[in-house]
Amino acid sequence: MSRDFWRAFANNYGAVIGLALLLAVVLMAAFADVIYPRSPWSMVTTPFQPPLSDDVLLGSDTLGRDIAAGIVHGSRVSLLIGLTSSAVALFIGVTLGALAGYFGGWVDDAIMRFTELFQTIPNFVLAVVLVAIFTPSIGSLVAAIAIVSWPPLARLARGEFLSLRSREFVLAAVTTGQSTTRIILREILPNSLSPIIVAASLTVATAILLESALSFLGLGDPNMMSWGYMIGASRTVIRQAWWMSFFPGIAILITVLAINLVGEGLNDALNPKLARKGRGR
Amino acid sequence: MTTSEQAVLALRDLSVSLPPGGDRPLAVDQVTFSVAREEILCIVGESGSGKSMVAHAIMGLLPEPYVKVAGGSARLNGENLFTMSRARQRAVRGIGMGMIFQEPMTALNPLMRVGEQIEEALKLHSRLDSRGRRARVLELLQDVGLPNPGDLRRSYPFRLSGGQRQRVMIAIALALEPDLLIADEPTTALDVTTQKQILDLIRKVQTACGMGVIFITHDFGVVAEIATSVAVMQHGKCVEYGSADTVLNRPEHPYTRELIAAVPHYIEHREDFTPKGQALLKAEAVRKVFRVGSGFLRRGRELVAADNVSLSIHPGETVGVVGESGSGKSTLGRCIVGLHKADGGRIVFQGTDLVGLSRKRFRPFRKDVQMIFQDPYASLNPRYRVADIISQGPIAFGTPRKQAHARAEELLELVGLDPSAARRFPHEFSGGQRQRISIARALALDPKLLIADEPVSALDVSVQTQVLDLLDDIRHQLGLSMLFITHDLRVAAQVCDTIAVMQTGRIVELGSCRDVFSRPQHEYTRTLLDAIPGQGWEIPKDLRHLRADRARRPRELSQ
Amino acid sequence: MAKIGLFLARRLVKAAIILFFIVLINFALIRAAPGDPASVMAGEAGASDERYVELLRQRFGLDEPLHTQMFIYVTSVFQGDLGYSYRQGRNVSALILERLPATLLLTVTAFVFALAMGVLLGTLAAMKVGRWADTAITTLALISYATPLFWLGLMLILLFSVQLGWLPSFGFESVGAGFTGIDRMLDVAAHMVLPVLTLGLFYMAVYTRLTRSSILEIHDMDFVKTARSKGVTEGKVMVFHVLRNAILPVITFAGFQAGHLIGGSILVETVFAWPGIGRLAFNALLQRDYQVLLGVFVVTSILVLLFNIITDLLYTIVDPRIEVE
Repeated sequence: MSRDFWRAFANNYGAVIGLALLLAVVLMAAFADVIYPRSPWSMVTTPFQPPLSDDVLLGSDTLGRDIAAGIVHGSRVSLLIGLTSSAVALFIGVTLGALAGYFGGWVDDAIMRFTELFQTIPNFVLAVVLVAIFTPSIGSLVAAIAIVSWPPLARLARGEFLSLRSREFVLAAVTTGQSTTRIILREILPNSLSPIIVAASLTVATAILLESALSFLGLGDPNMMSWGYMIGASRTVIRQAWWMSFFPGIAILITVLAINLVGEGLNDALNPKLARKGRGR
Repeated sequence: MTTSEQAVLALRDLSVSLPPGGDRPLAVDQVTFSVAREEILCIVGESGSGKSMVAHAIMGLLPEPYVKVAGGSARLNGENLFTMSRARQRAVRGIGMGMIFQEPMTALNPLMRVGEQIEEALKLHSRLDSRGRRARVLELLQDVGLPNPGDLRRSYPFRLSGGQRQRVMIAIALALEPDLLIADEPTTALDVTTQKQILDLIRKVQTACGMGVIFITHDFGVVAEIATSVAVMQHGKCVEYGSADTVLNRPEHPYTRELIAAVPHYIEHREDFTPKGQALLKAEAVRKVFRVGSGFLRRGRELVAADNVSLSIHPGETVGVVGESGSGKSTLGRCIVGLHKADGGRIVFQGTDLVGLSRKRFRPFRKDVQMIFQDPYASLNPRYRVADIISQGPIAFGTPRKQAHARAEELLELVGLDPSAARRFPHEFSGGQRQRISIARALALDPKLLIADEPVSALDVSVQTQVLDLLDDIRHQLGLSMLFITHDLRVAAQVCDTIAVMQTGRIVELGSCRDVFSRPQHEYTRTLLDAIPGQGWEIPKDLRHLRADRARRPRELSQ
Repeated sequence: MAKIGLFLARRLVKAAIILFFIVLINFALIRAAPGDPASVMAGEAGASDERYVELLRQRFGLDEPLHTQMFIYVTSVFQGDLGYSYRQGRNVSALILERLPATLLLTVTAFVFALAMGVLLGTLAAMKVGRWADTAITTLALISYATPLFWLGLMLILLFSVQLGWLPSFGFESVGAGFTGIDRMLDVAAHMVLPVLTLGLFYMAVYTRLTRSSILEIHDMDFVKTARSKGVTEGKVMVFHVLRNAILPVITFAGFQAGHLIGGSILVETVFAWPGIGRLAFNALLQRDYQVLLGVFVVTSILVLLFNIITDLLYTIVDPRIEVE
């Protein structure tokens, strides 16, 4: 099974490229202090230095800070917030979805109405309002992004649980006297995991985009350098200094693209039947 | 049997290739046959024999380029289908041939009115004007025996039952009066009574238009019912080809003989069951109602799945519950095993009424009543090893893991598998083998009563017999009682002592197997019996022996 | 028709209930904010004005018990009163209503663009599955899907306004040009091109991927074989049988995405100085003018509700099966 999985994954060009890019970003975040030991906030040169200037590879910003240093350090915020908020969203979503799907009836009704409510609220507007009211910080960003990201995961988990609940092996578990907790955790959950893993990986990508958008609007954590902030801070001078917004944007694009590619690779490898669609039977 | 000159369709050495990496390079390997006007050729085979591929190849519906015709020719009225231009192929497909598929539920476009779908072919390939087309549509709907053609024409497919949809499919196929009709298992997804109607209809339209028909099926009963000639396929090859009389009554190839021997039928010599002592289980006036389509601000409607159902099962007795889809037979089984909560009545098991017991109070009874499910591919958790699957029950009831695993190996032997199977995963087994594992799991808790819900209906005929024999063998050996749920009277006849016939949630007839078969009381039972395909045909005597032989050695199993 | 009326009525009731809960969330947000609710609501500018804070305290009944406060708030919102912006010196509802048309113009155009292009490209990719056209379209979709909206907007400005000088980079129309009639329409249209592209591209990518996979799935279904066996030409099979069915999940998804689209307009309007409620929200954000921000929150939610009703209606028209459910 796992060997097949890796073979399928490795056969997918995009997925391998995505994984390589993602590894690069992760390494960049891990070794940010080694690559650029100085704070990304410190002035290192004259402002408005174009790329490939003497000591700044990607140029400097309006205050003479090194763009490259900002990008390297910014990867930390993106990954940190992307991963933690997705983890929280995953937990909320899967728990609610599992309960709704397994128990059905009024539990399902109540949970799904609740999910629908959160799906109706424009998620970005809610995130903006939440962060604005609770003052921007890593904590409020993670909370806000998680709160707007869980509904699709809940729907997915519900769908999986709903269909697996009536599968015969689950019925067999009931008739052989397994406890409800055991049925949910050991019989259904492992079998619903692969689509959830794929969706979760895409949630990380969306979370990174959300974080960058919030930072762009000035709602990022004021103590941490982030890509969205860099673009937001320099957008008024874009006519004079394109590089200040260009490079951080490329960083976001590459990171999100890498995660999406990995997610798609996972999808193809975990759900081989779907992947083969369009290629005959 | 025809010579190729008079043939509507002459197929020569047809080969169809599969993409590399499959289990075999050719899905169809050099198949030759021909069909004349007024001939019904049945292609018989089990799943994976390539019988459907033949039909798809002729119709030009193979999922190219992955699966494609690798050689041979198919001449429709002398014209080779495989070498003609695409445009010509389309024209021939519309005018010369028509096709009906297995799944009537998915074979019609859900977003198009029935009339439009029939008209589509007329629009493309006939010179009729819109009024003429409408008249023709109405005529066709009438011909295939659909009520109210005027209204039906404007309906969407979702409003129609499976049988009605299949009739619409036939109307579509007949629209341009083709020379050849290809029917790919057109009755497999239908109930027996509907199957009979559709078979009659196909025969009727075939005689009326003088078409040639290729009818694909896995059921020799159906073959006996309609075939004029038969081709038997195995692993992509045609192993036997001849007139219906020859193949059905004097089969030569061992595979054909095996298939015919496996056809389920009523065994005369079964002795009547005489109940001894108290009933193990007594169901009294059981009622179950489902609410469907309810939701926000919607009440939904009530569906009575079981109503006033009463029956009893004695120790050692096998009670068959027979009915068509929607008759409530599975609901009854699930109420007894505690998967559904009955809404009314009593289900008394050894003196205790199970209805209304809390989950906790019900639990001790779970050991005594176990279930075998229909779909061997869905009834085993793919993530666990066979040993864990079988021993899940005993472990939940407190047996030490090691002991439970040892017992699992014994049980595997009992159901005719090698004990080493315990260490493997479900996906490594075939459908029949999985069903054996499923049986072993049910036996692991030493139950007194087995509920078998269509345990063989997802299996190929040859495997079906083996599993039936195993069940019969085991319940005698262990003195089990069994509630055997099936849609197939022939299958019920083979294993059941007592038979209950259900129709729309009620038991309409309850009696010994012999009585139900020889002296049916209720009109519906007679309809069911009458609908069994191939009644005029008796399985050749020498093949009955073959079957009896195998029943005696259940341990030697083909893999 | 009666069925559609009933359906609509049911949906409206449901929407009203959801709206009620959204207003409750709004109320909870005000209460949950750290500090005195009245000062929070007053915002940075208003907090120094004692009289204004006192006015707010009375209006929200902040001295009353919590449930009374809730009642007061919910009824006032349902009466169309979204509060008063001290900064702007105007009612929030008036402020929002004034800017709503610009936002609607932008989002609806972007939505139509995204849907049309998405379905078109998705169909094309599915028809040429595995070939270069498919690879090109899938790659384009993949990249569009990963591009941050606001950055894309900036880059488009850089390319089309700054470098090439083809299109205006900000605003709704040329200020002071005094265009009328057709000229004005063309002027507005030119201003719309970049914002619509920016907002639409991401969703175009979403619909492209969805359409492609949906078509590939439908393509293998039996009824498509039925159509082929009737001798229907490939083009007609695609349009009347495959696409018609494949479009259903796209519509469902488009309904879900409405909220995202309207949220995205905050970013786009900020980048292009588009005078809609998104820009209003951004300014309110800068000025900590929470009354306006929460007003935008309620109004955008209402827009999503309306949009969902429209897509549901569309769905019932396209899919005859829906009415029985």
